[in-house]
Amino acid sequence: MADSESKALQAKEKAEVSTPAEQTRPGLVYTPAVDIFETDKEITLLADMPGVKAGDLDIDLHDNVLTLNGEVQAPEGDGEVDVIREYRTGKYYRQFTLSQVIDQAKIDAELKDGVLRLKLPKVEAAQPRKIAVNTA
Amino acid sequence: MLLRRRTGWPAWGWRSPFEELERMRREMDWLNSDLSRGLFAERSAGVFPLMNVTEHGNSYYVRAELPGLKADELDISVTGDTLSISGERKLAAEDEKAQYHRREREAGTFSRIVSLPGQIDVGKVAACCADGVLTVILPKAESARPKQIAVKAS
Repeated sequence: MADSESKALQAKEKAEVSTPAEQTRPGLVYTPAVDIFETDKEITLLADMPGVKAGDLDIDLHDNVLTLNGEVQAPEGDGEVDVIREYRTGKYYRQFTLSQVIDQAKIDAELKDGVLRLKLPKVEAAQPRKIAVNTA
Repeated sequence: MLLRRRTGWPAWGWRSPFEELERMRREMDWLNSDLSRGLFAERSAGVFPLMNVTEHGNSYYVRAELPGLKADELDISVTGDTLSISGERKLAAEDEKAQYHRREREAGTFSRIVSLPGQIDVGKVAACCADGVLTVILPKAESARPKQIAVKAS
């Protein structure tokens, strides 16, 4: 039985989406569930992408638009016949517009057990500088 | 309708003609809801985690998407022809000062039992967890496998 602290998880169907650009390959596209939180220094994004291997995940940051694109290989082997099918597999796709300026060089992404942890460090605020005027 | 009335069936008395229309409407609704879910609608038991069961040769394969869970955090047991999987999904505690913009991922406990179409060789069940997808391979029991029977000429 679930105690008061941890509730029982409810089955949820994956949310299907249509991508802005048409897909060249047929297949289903899903929205991964994400957590996004922000501290003074960085924005962290966690995304559930079960079935995505590190090499099949594409993260792109362009003009403040962050795009996550994860390809999923069908886990079923050849010749397997469905007995029960409750969920389908397909690629994951999601886009976010970031309000803060991100230090692109320091972005860190880690994919572990189907969960992506993406760290987006903020650009350090421009330091106020005094400009010395030289007299000739 | 005429036949029914003459034979006295249904026995619960006079049926209004609207009742028949009502029944038809219900049937249409049912058909409609079935179609709108798509021809290949998944019939889900609605219990976490959602599972796919496939069969190939002498084994059943059960798969479930459990992102963030490791194999040793799962409690998997098999008896006869049922597989039960239970565990808890925990989300790592983050910085207290962190401000959340989105919180869609969920934590909690789960427990599910699936009945398989046949008996399983309990001793040879293998489970692996890769990229957040759990795969349990359940070889069929010797008694459940198809056997060739030789016909003897007497």
